[in-house]
Amino acid sequence: MQVNGEYKPLIVAFCCNWCSYAGADLAGNNRLAYPENVKIIKVPCSCRVNPMFILRAFQRGADGVIICGCHPGDCHYTSGNYYTRRRMSLLFSMLNFLGIEKERTRVEWVSAAEGAKFAATMNEFTEAVAALGENKRLEDLRCKR
Amino acid sequence: MQRIGVFVCWCGSNIAGTVDVQAVSDALAHEPGVVHSANYQYMCSQAGQNLIKEAIEEHKLTGIVVCSCSPRMHEATFRKTAAAAGLNPYMVEIANIREQCSWVHKDMATGTEKAIILGKAAVAKVNLNAPLTPGESPVTKRALVIGGGIAGIQTALDIADAGFPVDIVETKPTIGGKMAQLDKTFPTLDCAACILTPKMVDVAQNENIRIFSYSEVTDIKGFVGNFDVTIKKRARYVKEDICTGCGLCTEKCPMKNVPNEFNLGMDNRRAIYIPFAQAVPKVATIDPEHCNMLKNGKCGVCAKVCAAGAIDYKQQDEYISEKYGAIVAATGFNPISMDKFDEYAYSQSKDVITSLEFERLTNAAGPSSGHLVCPSDGRHPHTIVFVQCVGSRCASCSEKGKEYCSKICCMYTAKHAMLTRDKYPDTEVYVFYIDVRTPGKNFDEFYRRAAEEYGVKYIKGMVGKVSPENGKLHVQASDLLADKQLHIEADLVVLAAAIEPDKSARPLATMLTASMDTNDFFTEAHPKLRPVESPTAGVFLSGACQGPKDIPETVSQAGAAAAKVIGLLAKDKLTGNPCVANSNELMCNGCSSCERVCPYGAITYVDKEFRMPDRTTKVRRVASVNEAVCQGCGACTVACPSGAMDLKGFATKQIIAEVDAICK
Repeated sequence: MQVNGEYKPLIVAFCCNWCSYAGADLAGNNRLAYPENVKIIKVPCSCRVNPMFILRAFQRGADGVIICGCHPGDCHYTSGNYYTRRRMSLLFSMLNFLGIEKERTRVEWVSAAEGAKFAATMNEFTEAVAALGENKRLEDLRCKR
Repeated sequence: MQRIGVFVCWCGSNIAGTVDVQAVSDALAHEPGVVHSANYQYMCSQAGQNLIKEAIEEHKLTGIVVCSCSPRMHEATFRKTAAAAGLNPYMVEIANIREQCSWVHKDMATGTEKAIILGKAAVAKVNLNAPLTPGESPVTKRALVIGGGIAGIQTALDIADAGFPVDIVETKPTIGGKMAQLDKTFPTLDCAACILTPKMVDVAQNENIRIFSYSEVTDIKGFVGNFDVTIKKRARYVKEDICTGCGLCTEKCPMKNVPNEFNLGMDNRRAIYIPFAQAVPKVATIDPEHCNMLKNGKCGVCAKVCAAGAIDYKQQDEYISEKYGAIVAATGFNPISMDKFDEYAYSQSKDVITSLEFERLTNAAGPSSGHLVCPSDGRHPHTIVFVQCVGSRCASCSEKGKEYCSKICCMYTAKHAMLTRDKYPDTEVYVFYIDVRTPGKNFDEFYRRAAEEYGVKYIKGMVGKVSPENGKLHVQASDLLADKQLHIEADLVVLAAAIEPDKSARPLATMLTASMDTNDFFTEAHPKLRPVESPTAGVFLSGACQGPKDIPETVSQAGAAAAKVIGLLAKDKLTGNPCVANSNELMCNGCSSCERVCPYGAITYVDKEFRMPDRTTKVRRVASVNEAVCQGCGACTVACPSGAMDLKGFATKQIIAEVDAICK
């Protein structure tokens, strides 16, 4: 996404309420900095993330989308993150086929205790997306004002 | 159209330090639907809440956005505020501009920009919010305590005292846990058994408490107030209600060489055994791995000597199903295995022992009847070396040990050293330490007594190697303060092994859907404000399963957990989570996709009559959500191919509005 003529990657992070959102809070409590490009949307479980949301984000100009959930086996709803894993591996391989590099999409497991992991993941992911440059492939130019 | 009020909190300087709060409230004032925008120093304070209430009334607000700390912190507070002003509490959205903005970004310009975007996303969402009413569910007035150590015992006693029935499930044949194995307790040096066993008897005699010993929890279903639990009562081959605990069978059993786990394998027990004299329930148990009768069908001595006729070789595992309103995890801890620390020669010499083994050696009921001896040959040790932090505080070698401090080792080592010098003044006692950590009432005084009055030689530095030589233990260590290498010929080396959560905690957490940290300690709902609750509603934490703890701390946490359980069980009805799935029957095509992914079985299909445009009626099969059972994960919303399934509070439209606001 261009901000004042300068490329700044925009990252949309979907975080599950029970693990990753709390992990992000912990990163905040411990003052572990990560880029402001990352904007978090809270969902009850990573399995609430409809592939449609990800397509929408890319369409509206996001440069990377990351979904964070509880570790496998630790899902608050028992099995939600397994659905996420399957759905997203399908979606991401399709997006890759369409030319959305697979580095722009990621599923990551971050527990409520892993503030450091959350910050590290976001730093690393933002860096990877920044290196790829702007998402032009799926961005809908009609959405631009 | 909504009438939205935006309230930006400064949180003192926590937010205002990195975010220009005035700019945020100004920017959000022009968002669609926003009719009022304000900022204040502390929104969560009484004055801040009044500000919100007044604005709701004055501007006839239909929804509010609070830009403040995490919703995990104060969402409930602001929902209550809204409700007090007559607004539906689910018309409140929080933009997390503290934990996820001001605390992680240093620059005012970027912080403010991000805070505005987060605020816009929340405004976009609240524009699509609808008032929600939570359903109600009954509370089963019975609690389950998993683990029968001092934590579980105290929690169960406190809950039972309030008049609620409690069940304790313990995997061992007796309750008592680790504390039953201890000799003396710091810093008062009173005997562990003398203060624990009366409590164990209280548990046995309390009418409100049932003990399921030698049992384990195999399945947990349901939710707060309504857990369905299956308990497997393992066959102990002795009828519990008939056995009198006389112990004759444990004397006559011919299988004499079974390692006694209560004494950590330092002596032997029989195949039929009672772990220790004060066991509760005091009932014998047959160890099926070592019993000749159960293995080969030859023996039967215990059945012959049992006057009560309690032996039953054909006993089967029994499964018990029970309903509970609250569950307390009290699974406790274990010392870590010493396998990876062979530099201390634990596997090479019997005279290298762990602190818990030392505890048994000095216990009057232990394998040496309380005489401190070298386990290899029974001689009296003259030089004893205590090594602290074995596996604790291992930052650089975390695959070997644990990164955290095990908390109790400094104090129990001071106790061991002091008691040894007190009873055997001829011994030389060395303690090697990284730091001595003694925060706690009367703790530092205790440690100083050990070092100053009892002449325990405290040496800052670590032991590098222990090698058995000529029946002695050659200890190589460094003295960091004197900056020299030490060589000590020791008779006994005692390792203060790090403690870790019991192995049963991880599968239990999975059954409870309770979260754990990377070390397998249970995570608390809030590290400071809700330390005895799990983030999973209805699950509470007691004792060392939440983190390393000594006995006084464990007992206070156990009492706190009990108070929380009593608070829950005292309610007749619980309000549920209104953020549940709901199906648009007109769009549902009855494909069953949602039913298949639902982890709770909350979706069923019903045949429903629909009026068609030509005034005929048609019966169609449509999904129907049981709102009392639905937990609101949203798996079904994604599985639904026709877009009929949606989640209240996290509706597809709402999340898309958030995505759009962020990507604008």
